[in-house]
Amino acid sequence: MSDDLLDIAERAVGWADSHEEVEIYVARGTETEIRAYDGAVESLTSATSAGVGIRVIDNHRMGFAWAGSLDPTVIEETMAEARDNARFATPDEHVRLAVPDGVPARPVSSWDDELAKVPTTEKVALALALEADTRAADQRIRQVDSADYGDGMVEAVLATTTGIRSSTRRTSSYLGVSVIAGSGDESQTGGGYSVARGFSGLDPDRARDDAVLRSTRMLGATKGSSGRMAVVFDRRIAATLLSIVASALSGESVAKHRSFFADRLGELVADPRVTLVDDPTDARAYNASAFDAEGLACRRNVLIDQGRLTSFYYDTLAGARAGTASTGSAVRGGFASTPSPGCRALLLTPGPEGQGQDEVVGLVGDGLFVQSITGVHSGVSTISGDFSVGAEGLMIRNGRLAEPVREITIASTLQRMLQSIVAIGSDLEWLPGIAAGMTVAIGDMQASGS
Amino acid sequence: MIENPVLERVLAEALRHGGDFAEVFAEDRTNSSAVLDDGRVEELSSGRERGAGIRVISGETTGYAHTADLSLEGLLRAAEAASAVARSDGRGERVVPAGPLSEVSSLRALRDHARADKAGTLELLQRADHAARSQGGAISQVQAACGTSRRAVLIANSEGLLARDEQTRSRFSVSCVASGDAGLQTGYETVARTLGFELFDDVSVEALAEAAARRALTKLAARPAPSGELPVVLAGGSGGILFHEACGHGLEADHIVKDASVYAGRIGQLVASPLVTLVDDGTVDTEWGTFGVDDEGRPAQRNVLIDQGVLTDYLWDYVRSRQEGRRSSGNGRRQTYQHLPMVRMTNTFLLPGTDDAEEIVAQTPRGVYVAQLGGGQVNTATGDFVFGTTEAYLIEDGKITEPLRDANLIGNGPEVLKRVDAVGTDFAMTPGTCGKDGQSVPVGCGQATMRLSGVTIGGTAA
Repeated sequence: MSDDLLDIAERAVGWADSHEEVEIYVARGTETEIRAYDGAVESLTSATSAGVGIRVIDNHRMGFAWAGSLDPTVIEETMAEARDNARFATPDEHVRLAVPDGVPARPVSSWDDELAKVPTTEKVALALALEADTRAADQRIRQVDSADYGDGMVEAVLATTTGIRSSTRRTSSYLGVSVIAGSGDESQTGGGYSVARGFSGLDPDRARDDAVLRSTRMLGATKGSSGRMAVVFDRRIAATLLSIVASALSGESVAKHRSFFADRLGELVADPRVTLVDDPTDARAYNASAFDAEGLACRRNVLIDQGRLTSFYYDTLAGARAGTASTGSAVRGGFASTPSPGCRALLLTPGPEGQGQDEVVGLVGDGLFVQSITGVHSGVSTISGDFSVGAEGLMIRNGRLAEPVREITIASTLQRMLQSIVAIGSDLEWLPGIAAGMTVAIGDMQASGS
Repeated sequence: MIENPVLERVLAEALRHGGDFAEVFAEDRTNSSAVLDDGRVEELSSGRERGAGIRVISGETTGYAHTADLSLEGLLRAAEAASAVARSDGRGERVVPAGPLSEVSSLRALRDHARADKAGTLELLQRADHAARSQGGAISQVQAACGTSRRAVLIANSEGLLARDEQTRSRFSVSCVASGDAGLQTGYETVARTLGFELFDDVSVEALAEAAARRALTKLAARPAPSGELPVVLAGGSGGILFHEACGHGLEADHIVKDASVYAGRIGQLVASPLVTLVDDGTVDTEWGTFGVDDEGRPAQRNVLIDQGVLTDYLWDYVRSRQEGRRSSGNGRRQTYQHLPMVRMTNTFLLPGTDDAEEIVAQTPRGVYVAQLGGGQVNTATGDFVFGTTEAYLIEDGKITEPLRDANLIGNGPEVLKRVDAVGTDFAMTPGTCGKDGQSVPVGCGQATMRLSGVTIGGTAA
């Protein structure tokens, strides 16, 4: 597998001068995207892309260059450019590439051979069927904006002058539908999806049912009122919030004074119910991986243990600067970016068995159930911890979901939210992205509405 | 990038199995960027990408394939893949011959841009770092970033269109962290223009850095933002993102055609206060969302969307305008050759009014003054949108008083547009990055100082 990619990487590593450290990342992917609308295929995209990212370190200075091509001449030019870029960086004794650290890689199966064999016509049929089924599922559905099928196959190899050789590959598939419910002037939106490694794992009924439920239960929504209240986050939203909190645990952010967790190691930063782990070797995780983006074995890192901040996570550079080792947590956005510390598989220890969404809502008694949030990038800061987002969902009255509300904001700080978690669901679900979802209840937040 | 005979051959191949329209979009893009963080120039990065995307439209269906291989063989393979939709739709062999290509002339003169110079970039970054840290010991972190990109595009289609454009963009940003007793606060400032490195002949990176640092320092003493509905005054150039979110996205024809916008079916109706005249204009000299031709080969143009409160038009790309039997408004854009074009904004702004900016504040007994906005987000179907503040103050008795911590504001597009009750004369534009369906494109936003009679502010103070 990926033998030709490894050959390309090995050859480029061979061009390194004796005083240089060089890292070559080579990736290649194919993808299919199909959008169905109103009983027909609106668009069908198929593509293959490939490229290289090269880091050169010379005299404690790092330069980077990338190219969207595997052409040998282009790779040579890219290497020369990375070398030239290194001349301009500030020397830093901590700048270095990963060196094999003896931690064995646990094989993680993230490749489905079937996917490549499924004919496009079957993928098209699945998207068309999802669109038609969803339209017919409930007479209150006025419009199906789009029904999308997408899949991808990505292979990547990494080779360095420091002895790193790693190879990863993954397949993924996606089915999603977004709808508008309502008649006359009223419009309420909702979406549903299903993700899998291969084609047969996709669950179109799940995508359809979620979209229908989420849009129709918002019918009749009014602008909610202001006040302090308990807030229950739906699984999807809780996964988003976990990802945000975890980004403040990056050893790089902490060292650069860009995290509200700086200087809090060993302290109680969350309710004792909170144990947060990043474990990319958990094969159930959407982003499970045997190797990190610098070629070290991925491993299980406990970040918060029963409310106590136990560890930050690092790549090689952030680890060196903090006087510690990489935690195998390097991630990268593709061949056009350099590695940085990141999580892949965040998991909050679930609540007691049988504590699903209904039970968490029942425990809270009165408050707000949030099914979607907006403005995360403009209203949440992992530096100050300030948190303010738009929200829609259902009021909770007497332990049950009640009338729908929209056009409100909910606000607090991430610090306070972590301390005031009052219930965690046992309804664990691995979602696309870097975190598992489960219902989470926060005891007290400020809602703003009419 | 690609010779005309090759383009004609590829277009013919793309339509060999039928179809109504075929297009080749080729792109050659280089990026260079440098980041100074924590006092060190950590990373200089250069990138290059070139390739072509081939689109075949058959009835209402679009087929797309892209390739990094610009040889005749590579392009023919992509054309074959893109044409699969025409083959499978059962409409038979309806071949549209590709006509001889004739070049569209762009209204914008191509200029010679200064190329990014690595040593010069470093010096700018260091000057910004120094200027920010000189603002006081409470500035605990500074990150400065400088980037330039050059994008040459070529578009040819089966209607005989041939268009080329070169878009050079440069950007400089500074973000600062200040540390105080109540924790950390941030300040950000950026400049971005459709220009080469000559941008820095006229821009003071020191002034940018000082503005970012001052913003972070000011917020150290900030109190929690209020919650609930209050009048809001937006400073001129604070980020016309309000209009981008409150109605810009809702006026994109793809949402309109699918009846997924609150503005569908409302042409000719009063949708905003008569003080609102909203324009989208891709021709504004050197603004961030400016270009010569769009990514479908249409020259950029100025489009009036709302005229004194009355909705006059939507934004159109090729696919949506063809369905409606009209011309594209020059708003078909894509992030790279790996993406299908769709309807996007360019530079979207509210025309200035006649009120005095200071007078608008003086006549607001109690409210919030927003000096700088961050990003926003909208649900076009419901019209609900949010936008975040990154520098805001209380207004008490007509005066700007205490600084406020960052918060999102929330509103409903058509409701909020009716609440514009004052528009000033101090117009300014700000650059931004607009995301839609996974694609990011550079856009400009602009407005003069203006007031909304009431918006919900999502703070934590009761």
